[in-house]
Amino acid sequence: MTLAAAITGVGMSDIGRKTNRPAMLHLAEAARRALDCAGLSRDDIDGISTYPGKADNSPGMSPLGTGEVRGALGLKTRWHSAVPDGPSQMAPIQVAAMAVATGQARHILCFRALTESSSQTATRRASIPGAGRARLGGWYSYLVPAHAMSASNWAGWMAQRYFHEFGMTREHLGLVATGQRAFAQQNPSAVMRTPLTMEEYLGARMISSPLGLFDCDVPIDGACVVIVSAADAAKDCARSPLSIEAMGAALGSQETWDQRSDLTTMGAHDSAADMWKRTDLKPADVDVLGLYDGFSIFVPLWLEAMGFCGHGEAKDFIAEGNIGPGGRFPVNTGGGQLSGGRLHGFGLLHEVCTQLWGQAGARQVDGASVGACGMGGGFIAGSMLLRRD
Amino acid sequence: MRPLPELTAENTAFWTGGAEGTLMIAFCSDCAHAIHPPQLVCPTCWSEGVEFRSVPGTGTVYTYTVNHQSWMPDMPVPFALAVVELDGAPGVRVTAEVVNADPESVAIGQKMKVGFLNIDDVWFPQWEPAQ
Repeated sequence: MTLAAAITGVGMSDIGRKTNRPAMLHLAEAARRALDCAGLSRDDIDGISTYPGKADNSPGMSPLGTGEVRGALGLKTRWHSAVPDGPSQMAPIQVAAMAVATGQARHILCFRALTESSSQTATRRASIPGAGRARLGGWYSYLVPAHAMSASNWAGWMAQRYFHEFGMTREHLGLVATGQRAFAQQNPSAVMRTPLTMEEYLGARMISSPLGLFDCDVPIDGACVVIVSAADAAKDCARSPLSIEAMGAALGSQETWDQRSDLTTMGAHDSAADMWKRTDLKPADVDVLGLYDGFSIFVPLWLEAMGFCGHGEAKDFIAEGNIGPGGRFPVNTGGGQLSGGRLHGFGLLHEVCTQLWGQAGARQVDGASVGACGMGGGFIAGSMLLRRD
Repeated sequence: MRPLPELTAENTAFWTGGAEGTLMIAFCSDCAHAIHPPQLVCPTCWSEGVEFRSVPGTGTVYTYTVNHQSWMPDMPVPFALAVVELDGAPGVRVTAEVVNADPESVAIGQKMKVGFLNIDDVWFPQWEPAQ
């Protein structure tokens, strides 16, 4: 049952490391490209949506809010929203879909901007919640002060438990990292494009066992814009609308990274299961996937969450070549965040849309018409199914 | 410098129990549900009768990681972080650094006992091998 909402345009700035380019310039570039993609003008945009809103919780994590972007781009909006507490980094897309489906707006500019690469310092590392603050509250006050400071620690202990239960090894995660790097070599926009061998992957320094350097995504500076349009308005755009077939936002976990009863599963499992209840499509109908890869271990967990293989089967599914170049279910074909850079899920959705429009160049998946996207790790998750009719 | 938790009505007993050498966990006085992280309301029965009780301070490693990256200038590495299922508090795990052990020796299923690191007004639980 398709929602009355579609993605009609995507745009990404020239992302990079240490660009020292202000976030707003990245955002303006991404917005320009998204409008060009959709065949829309600035005055067609009547809504704006982001995650999480302007925030300085960790350096460069979210330098722009909806107000500044409205002002900078001269938008006159009928509807706006910034959601720090929704279904993952996908929240602004899901909320925008509901807004256009209920007539709040016609074309919504959804954005994500980050300057984590330029903003981090020795004392304030990127993605360390509350870094540099004296006292912490909330769920991460039980982790960060205990020196479980980084999401690589949290993902690391999930991976360790998964390895223990199902016999996964670093080589399996190495197939995720090297496979995505092979995709990135076919994507001129990816930040990491030099070849990555299994030997180099295994030889890289350990970050938080069993996760090494190439199991972690890359902080970047950049912005991405996704235009969500009402179904009837989408017909006026330049490209075939990508209908939002179904979305999932269910959460079964406590809001933290160590208490979920089975840490070989994530919030992803809750949100994906709920998504499939809302559609007649099945995993076998999916042609291309964008799965959150803040850490490599999230990819097998998302594959299982989405039902592409059973619980504990992802290591074999990956080893059989299903998700890399030429695979039946190609994942993160732009290189993902591991090789393309951390745009907090927006980059993964950008790539799925690019594939569904047949614009992915050398890495194009032939005839891709249905895409699945899952964002978030740990307790945070949002799932979406897109189709080009 | 290690960031410290903000002490609140919900969590002060957890963070200061170490002053008496005890690990304090929140329990519902009506349905006996163990609540962690601590909350003011029982998530099972919505009772506001939440009280802290001392638990034995022992448990079993559910999972762990060895951290090799120094996230702050004064952070010595490597060290192990253990996610430990507590004895006497069903369903509750406490994540803490492992001390007095080779980080590479930590294993799933290992028995641990708690100790405390005092900084200012906070007593951090730390795990060490029980044997």
